[in-house]
Amino acid sequence: MTGYRIGIDVGGTNTDAVILDEDLAVLASVKRPTTADTGEGVADAIDAVLAASGVDPARISHAMLGTTHCTNAIVERRGLGKVGILRLGAPATTAVPPLEGWPDDLSRAVGEHVHLLAGGFEVDGRTLSALDEDAVRAACDSMREQVDAVAVVGVFSPVDESQEKRVAEIVASELGVPVSRSARIGSLGLLERENATVLNAALMQTLKQMATGFVAALRDRGIPATPYFGQNDGTLMQLEYALEFPVLTIGCGPTNSIRGAAHLSGATDALVVDIGGTTTDIGVLVEGFPRQSAHAVEIGGIRTNFRMPDVLSVGLGGGTIVRSGGASLGPDSVGYRLLQEGLAFGGGTLTATDIALRVGAAQIAGIATPDVDDAVARTAWDGIRALLEDSVDRMKPSAAPVPVILVGGGGIIAPETLDGVSELIRPDHFGAANAVGAALGDVAGQVEKIYRVDGTEAGRRAAREDASRDAVERARLAGAASSTIEVVAVEELPAAYSDGQQVLIRARAVGRLAD
Amino acid sequence: MTALITEADIDEIALGAAVLGTGGGGDPHVGSLIAKRLIRMHGPVRMLTVDDVTDEDFVVPVGGIGAPSVSVERIMAESELLAALEAIERGTGRRPTAVMPIEVGGGNSMIPIAAAAVAGIPVVDGDAMGRAFPEAQMVTYHLAGYGPGTTVLVDHHGNEVVSRPVNGEWSERLARAVTVEMGGGATMIDYAYGGAVARECAIPGTLTLAKRIGGILRGRDAAGRQLRDDERIDALCTDLGAIRLFDGKVRDLQRAVDGGFTRGAAELDGVGADRGSAFRLDFQNEMLLARRDGALAAVTPDLIAVLDLATGMPMTTDAVRYGARVAIIAIPCHEKWRTPRGLETAGPAHFGYDVEWTPVEQLAAAGTEIAR
Repeated sequence: MTGYRIGIDVGGTNTDAVILDEDLAVLASVKRPTTADTGEGVADAIDAVLAASGVDPARISHAMLGTTHCTNAIVERRGLGKVGILRLGAPATTAVPPLEGWPDDLSRAVGEHVHLLAGGFEVDGRTLSALDEDAVRAACDSMREQVDAVAVVGVFSPVDESQEKRVAEIVASELGVPVSRSARIGSLGLLERENATVLNAALMQTLKQMATGFVAALRDRGIPATPYFGQNDGTLMQLEYALEFPVLTIGCGPTNSIRGAAHLSGATDALVVDIGGTTTDIGVLVEGFPRQSAHAVEIGGIRTNFRMPDVLSVGLGGGTIVRSGGASLGPDSVGYRLLQEGLAFGGGTLTATDIALRVGAAQIAGIATPDVDDAVARTAWDGIRALLEDSVDRMKPSAAPVPVILVGGGGIIAPETLDGVSELIRPDHFGAANAVGAALGDVAGQVEKIYRVDGTEAGRRAAREDASRDAVERARLAGAASSTIEVVAVEELPAAYSDGQQVLIRARAVGRLAD
Repeated sequence: MTALITEADIDEIALGAAVLGTGGGGDPHVGSLIAKRLIRMHGPVRMLTVDDVTDEDFVVPVGGIGAPSVSVERIMAESELLAALEAIERGTGRRPTAVMPIEVGGGNSMIPIAAAAVAGIPVVDGDAMGRAFPEAQMVTYHLAGYGPGTTVLVDHHGNEVVSRPVNGEWSERLARAVTVEMGGGATMIDYAYGGAVARECAIPGTLTLAKRIGGILRGRDAAGRQLRDDERIDALCTDLGAIRLFDGKVRDLQRAVDGGFTRGAAELDGVGADRGSAFRLDFQNEMLLARRDGALAAVTPDLIAVLDLATGMPMTTDAVRYGARVAIIAIPCHEKWRTPRGLETAGPAHFGYDVEWTPVEQLAAAGTEIAR
């Protein structure tokens, strides 16, 4: 029998935890400040939600962690590992070396250990240039003791992985550090795949540290649950998989919040406005799912080939610092130090939360109205309203008023009514929509295979069916209940083979968590 | 008057070029990185108007040839651009004094800017298509009766193939064959002519047009007014005299690749005001044919562009996916294409479509008539 689920979302400011019963109803939700060492905040939130729900830890069968930890590491260029980058493609590709177009501070953060070596394949499978194993070893020598992980990126590796595999073996034996291979991370499109692979390598230790704390926290409390991590499409991955592909956790925050908001409110078409401590993220719920961004997604200023929910992020949250007599809002925030540094909490910094308390839009039990000049409060409050109204307007599918589901811990700073909004829904447990979304997660299986087809419709169909069967099987292995697995997408990707007989097919299947 | 193209201009030109690429021509992103890098290394690029070109100039169109999926994966070697310019100089005995896009649509808007930066010569604000087309003879030089002349293909290994094809069709056949052997992509120069011929043939102002389109899609109209996401497509249509044909969601997609061409069709269901209608797009690298509920809505050589419905961002035929919500717009092509020779070269019959070319404005007017 399926047990209870615990869902945890670690944001930049707050760590939320919820417990859901077998029917996915919320039993309890709590909010704790994120700590500098995120593990403490996670443990604290687990204790609090166990206490609030009164649930026996032994009855929790699944534990899901959604975290913006990796996203923040990239955006803030903090805690990233140093990455050795081995691109196999010379003499081709030299017109755009690795890290080209990256913001300077981010390329410095990953260390600029760039090697453009002979190797790669042509589109038709011919060798572009032969692998030079001595050059690979020499590159390893030059990076020894200086890198935490290595990214191996071969031209047309989605067609032929053999060189990447060989280089990964050499790197592992020479340097003994983890290796990310691009063929495992992305499909055609060298730069986007390379960027994602480099980020993945840079995040390996980042996520490992966090995962270790999470597993220990569960074990110490007698929770026998299987740990899962949320990924950017709203599905879950098991621990071992997450450690190999930490970059897939990027973007899970907005996805979880949108899915959680839909679950909590019962709405299927609305804007989801998630006000956290530092930022407000606005996503669009269409027929129950997040609207996907249609174009290449930039993370921390670089282009990747991930599909992400289409989210507008603005620098306004509960901890946003108010300056210049109320005329200036952020974009910086006191973040998780709100409960120490906010004026209302005895600190010395005027924040958006103080303004909401001062104008009477929000109350917090046991906290007095802070002493803020009336004109300052009014100016800042008008500014908050204008910023939210403008942001909502930018994301609306049309000019018609739309319902807005308000979630997130910073939601108390939102006015009761907004221009252009037909209805403002604040669902129960609205503060923990992220954690609810994380706990709802399904399990996915994805395959990408190259097929030889004879060019007929029947041949194409057979290839698509084979890839679909494979995706279903992988979803089952990843932990999905067989009866619930559905193929949600089958794509034929143009792989320009000179004989026209091969196609690249990507299939994806999603199912509910098995018992 | 000489204008300068700086690193900061590149993204807007690239975005506009993607719209003019009508789904093909390759994603300009890689080309934009090459252009920005070379401008950073060698300084801004001078841009000549077509009228600035003198008879003494030797104007060299340079671009990439091959499958877009190759150009985003096996990016060119740094040495290819100069190698191509040197090869044309050896092949003709004339030193290039300016480069020009052969096609403004897609990635080939960027390659000449990159080449101009590295060679220290200006780029001409114009091109030989006003859009993107898949075959080497589909250029205004061919329409005016000029052959491809000395033609250069270079690749990442340093191979140089210099040929003198007898006409545009032969140029295309030879270039295709060589490009397949070069791994599906190469850097090409053809239709290199003196200034008088370049002035006669170039479609003027297309780089600045691309920049204006890019500006609008980034939320700023010609008057500098800020545009909301959902206002951009209409603002673009107003500016270009284009027609918004259809808003819809991709229901089915067939795509196959052969001989360097991505061929296929997309079926769409209408959304919003177009709910209840169906739409079909046929493509061969570029979008070539648009039908609404079975009736012709736009035909090559008029331009058919697919834009993301929410953001207005252009989508390539490779990027169109199941479920994508898009707006289809049609832009009337340049008059040079609306001649008997233009239509014979790049009209529907050439691509194997058994339909009559009709100006998109006329099709739109007829469609409006039926709707009444």
